[in-house]
Amino acid sequence: MTTPTAVRPFILGQIKLIAAQQKKRLVPLKDDLPLLESGLDSLCIAIIVASLDDELGLDPFAAGDVDMPVTVGDFIHLYENGAAAS
Amino acid sequence: MALPRPSRRSLAELALTSGTEGRSLSDEAHRVLLADLVSGTNIGAPLESLHGRSVLLASEAQLPTVLAAIALDGIARRLLICLPDMAPEDLPAIIADAEIDTIVCDGTGPRFAGDTGVARIGCASTPRPASLAGLDRSAETEWILLTSGTTGRPKMVSHTLASLTGPLDDGLQVMRGAVWSTFYDVRRYGGLQILLRALLGGGSMVLSGAREPVGDFLVRGGRCGVTHISGTPSHWRRALMSPNANRMTPCYVRLSGEVADQAILDHLKLAYPQSDVAHAFASTEAGVAFDVRDGLAGFPASYVGQAGAKAEMRVIDGTLHIRSARTASRYLGEAAWLGDDEGFIDTGDMVERHGDRYYFMGRREGVINVGGQKIHPEEVEAVINRHPGVRMSRVWARKSPITGALVAAEVVPRDPAAKANFAALRDEILAACRETLAPHKVPVSLRAVDALAVAPSGKLLRRGD
Repeated sequence: MTTPTAVRPFILGQIKLIAAQQKKRLVPLKDDLPLLESGLDSLCIAIIVASLDDELGLDPFAAGDVDMPVTVGDFIHLYENGAAAS
Repeated sequence: MALPRPSRRSLAELALTSGTEGRSLSDEAHRVLLADLVSGTNIGAPLESLHGRSVLLASEAQLPTVLAAIALDGIARRLLICLPDMAPEDLPAIIADAEIDTIVCDGTGPRFAGDTGVARIGCASTPRPASLAGLDRSAETEWILLTSGTTGRPKMVSHTLASLTGPLDDGLQVMRGAVWSTFYDVRRYGGLQILLRALLGGGSMVLSGAREPVGDFLVRGGRCGVTHISGTPSHWRRALMSPNANRMTPCYVRLSGEVADQAILDHLKLAYPQSDVAHAFASTEAGVAFDVRDGLAGFPASYVGQAGAKAEMRVIDGTLHIRSARTASRYLGEAAWLGDDEGFIDTGDMVERHGDRYYFMGRREGVINVGGQKIHPEEVEAVINRHPGVRMSRVWARKSPITGALVAAEVVPRDPAAKANFAALRDEILAACRETLAPHKVPVSLRAVDALAVAPSGKLLRRGD
């Protein structure tokens, strides 16, 4: 089980890992940065979501009624809330 | 006495006779007035010299191809609409199979720089004045669209303007001066439908840019006053992740190309409350079968078996079959007609009935739809199986809330001991995949298994889930 505080560094690590794998150049990550302006495309984001499901066992989208995350902060909060609820 | 045959109407005639006032075609860099196409063309040769030619339209950007297609429908024998991501090594076979004798290209497609031995004619992103009076545009031009094939080489799907425009007659009420747009490339079937709606319905068209960030496209769409816009559910999920999603205020939002789930339909209704949200089922081969406008996922069971419908549907062995005048007639280079004895085309899409609705359950042959791009598992398996450490593999669709699906794979290692220490083998296989395959085709997860189920026919079982 993942604690909410462990989620943030893990996600930031995954973002950097997948970006490197997909040869995308990341801009410095900040909470108010729109996710799609970080250098990630939607395929990268889909891969990150899949790897977070595999590695953390968290899939906050499974509920179906979550808003699409706009910023890096939205994305992280989605998983922090998921970890807190699990 | 023979009845006079009504003369065939060309795309140019259909597009321009509904009036040209205020109408335009635009991309990130150009805005072309339809009025300028009445006596102008973007093609660098007299149009009459292209009578009866089989033409490959091969520019990198969409606009030069769109203008060339408008100019040449009714003149050329055949128009092959090239996709920008086509592999250059596929070009010679496509040119041979489609009997291409002319390439119309604006020179931006570097992959076409090599000598193909075929006559080339230049084209531009804007029209130049030309004398088009008395031009004979009565030929029944064959339109060839490309779609993904099992081996990775694209298949050529044969259409006519009539089969392409058939779905437009679906009762959708559109105001005059509508501004259409799509996240799709209009050289793909789903995008071409939107372009044709704009051209034939008296509207304008805003084309997307291949390298344009989604946020910029949304702002541009808003500035151009887009009223009607389409995309795949994945396009729309990406749009909703943009802070600029609300810069556009369309009155009609359409989804096609992938299964639309209830979540994305609900999100769009919330984001665009003034908008009708519809999702359509279509394939390059079968054309548009139907659209669903009640805001719910799936489609009403009453659609199936309706006699006399413009697109008739049957469910045979859990798979959707379609018969209509909009279906393509054949794959070029293959004699066989696509349909069965009664004219139904097997879509390969599996459906299941729950109550009074049908829901899509994925593809029978395991075709994986990543954000609207179809991937045949065999293509990926072939690359994995090339690794000497692999006995066999199975590639399947893993669900994704972002792109609908992602590619996942299971591998049976040749050496059973390799299963315990799979990480090294996995990294090698993935490296080989990344080298050969487009990024969306590379498996996101790869695990080792002892065996894979094989059907009595000797084929890999594709529906393990």
